[in-house]
Amino acid sequence: MTNILEVEDLHVTFSTYGGTVKAVRGVTFSLKQGETLAIVGESGCGKSVTSNAIMRLIPNPPGKIDKGSIRFKGKDLMHETEKKMRSIRGVDISMIFQDPMTALNPTLTIGSQLMEGLREHHKVSPDKAKRKAIEMMELVGISNPAERLKQYPHQFSGGMRQRIVIAMALICEPELLIADEPTTALDVTIQAQILELFEKIQKVTGVSIILITHDLGVVANIADRIAVMYAGKIIEMGEKRDIFYRPQHPYTKGLLKSVPRLDLDGEKLTPIDGTPPDLFSPPKGCSFYARCPFAMKVCNKVYPVQTNITDSHHVACWLQDERAKQLQATLPIK
Amino acid sequence: MEKILQVNDLKKHFEIGKGRILKAVNGVSFYVKKGETFGLVGESGCGKSTIGRTILGLYESTDGEVFFKGEDVHGLNEKERFRFYRSMQMIFQDPYASLNPRSTVREIISEPMEVHQLFQSKKEQLERVYELLEEVGLNRDHANRYPHEFSGGQRQRIGIARALALNPEFIIADEPISALDVSVQAQVVNLLKELQEEKGLTFLFIAHDLSMVKQISDRIGVMYLGDMVELTESSKLYDNPLHPYTRALLSAIPIPDPDVEERRERIILNGELPSPIDPPSGCVFRTRCPMAMEVCSLTKPSWKEVEQDHFVACHLYEGNNTTKTSPKITIASQ
Repeated sequence: MTNILEVEDLHVTFSTYGGTVKAVRGVTFSLKQGETLAIVGESGCGKSVTSNAIMRLIPNPPGKIDKGSIRFKGKDLMHETEKKMRSIRGVDISMIFQDPMTALNPTLTIGSQLMEGLREHHKVSPDKAKRKAIEMMELVGISNPAERLKQYPHQFSGGMRQRIVIAMALICEPELLIADEPTTALDVTIQAQILELFEKIQKVTGVSIILITHDLGVVANIADRIAVMYAGKIIEMGEKRDIFYRPQHPYTKGLLKSVPRLDLDGEKLTPIDGTPPDLFSPPKGCSFYARCPFAMKVCNKVYPVQTNITDSHHVACWLQDERAKQLQATLPIK
Repeated sequence: MEKILQVNDLKKHFEIGKGRILKAVNGVSFYVKKGETFGLVGESGCGKSTIGRTILGLYESTDGEVFFKGEDVHGLNEKERFRFYRSMQMIFQDPYASLNPRSTVREIISEPMEVHQLFQSKKEQLERVYELLEEVGLNRDHANRYPHEFSGGQRQRIGIARALALNPEFIIADEPISALDVSVQAQVVNLLKELQEEKGLTFLFIAHDLSMVKQISDRIGVMYLGDMVELTESSKLYDNPLHPYTRALLSAIPIPDPDVEERRERIILNGELPSPIDPPSGCVFRTRCPMAMEVCSLTKPSWKEVEQDHFVACHLYEGNNTTKTSPKITIASQ
């Protein structure tokens, strides 16, 4: 399988009154054709900034991609002109945002918003654009599409709007879809419908998906691989089952133990004490040091090197070092 | 068992102009036992928050009664209501909007004590503020700071300290954790549990996240479009859900475990929530119910105790058909 996207050593900063926020601090990952990679982490960990950087949507100023490379199908996106980027966005790479209420223009009909991208990028005739729009509406499960194209966003419910946003993102048949918390604003029964739609779309179109979320249940459902982010870095990455059944980083383990499970009775939730570090002056060593129950002296001083547990499972933690005390045994994994 | 709160056929209708009426809560009855946590779940717009606010008297009820320790609270005069607020307090969803940004933590927590003139001297009152801060896991140094200096989880702790200031017996917590990160959610839930044990508090816990509600609640009521559809002990609700909506809701919640997710069969509900302005006739769920019968559109199902402590409003369990186990749902689930 070829890599459709390769991100290497990505750094993004924002200058604010209070100083420079180091939002993303060296993120490296790749995405294979047709797979779903989930980037999970808590608010402020840099997961949305990472995805915006791939689309080159970091507002400058205040934001800046300091260094790193983003290669999409071998092409370096970092040094493309804004004009070239406009022809890539929506055509090769599309994005779905969290809030379906604000992602659509309330003054335009659904039809004109759906067809806009197609008309802009592919210069197709109005007739053909309309046929394609109807086809997309059907794909995302909106009944009576020809009629509904004439309607405005406020005439649709939240779940329906998110379906339209998905149709919009897919209408130019992109190869990569970035979905930033696509179901967070939706109710669970609607979320289940949308997740099912994602699976169907991937089967039909073969699109690769980067899914940004904080919901581990959603991840267990649709991801192939998972990257766990903390304070601007990927601290662990692996196949879905590596992360859920063989997590190595104390943060990943803590995260898994702090979410309740509907199917278990009387489990005790173990929260992670404390809060993430201040990214104005991120720690020199491991950013989880202050909250980690297994922190050692070295953790505060030097950022841990990446250990490869298997070919696809990587973790950045000093506990993996052979000189560390073998604490693994005391850490129940499940 | 002592019923601390009894709600009988509570209705709350809002007039929204042009003679239209939004029936947010449409005849709900339940009781809460002293010392327990009663969870109220449902999707957005089902009326769960309206119930909480109506019980407390933040909204005036359209019809129905609320008894707190045997006293009809909606029949109280102003003076008596003032006294009633001492025993019932509320924790709000948004820890950013529910604390006055211009007040210090000390002022925020002292305000209810000042209004109710709990202490003679400022010194005693300040001591109580310190005590409360420590009870919720903060420390006395935090008293002179402003809300913006705290993280979301810490702010929610301040909101909890304020709710505790009057030594209430009953606390209504309206989505107290939904604005928080997962690792912090567990911190707040554990804190609420500890406080409950220590002080013998009774909670009405309103939330949409059923996995978390099940974690904290002794009994759970499930709401749909202004009606309560099922009510029982939290483990029973998961093991033997009776109402088709409860079953769909439970199956829609993703479980953070890939193997379990793979095996699960999901009941995907068709369509969306109908409008509460013009709800369906008969059973409000019938438009999305995979098991709807003719009778469902004609009469509203009655609220019935089908087994001990297990209430449900569904025509499947009406009349002689009092089977304690659920009839098999035959659904075309993929």
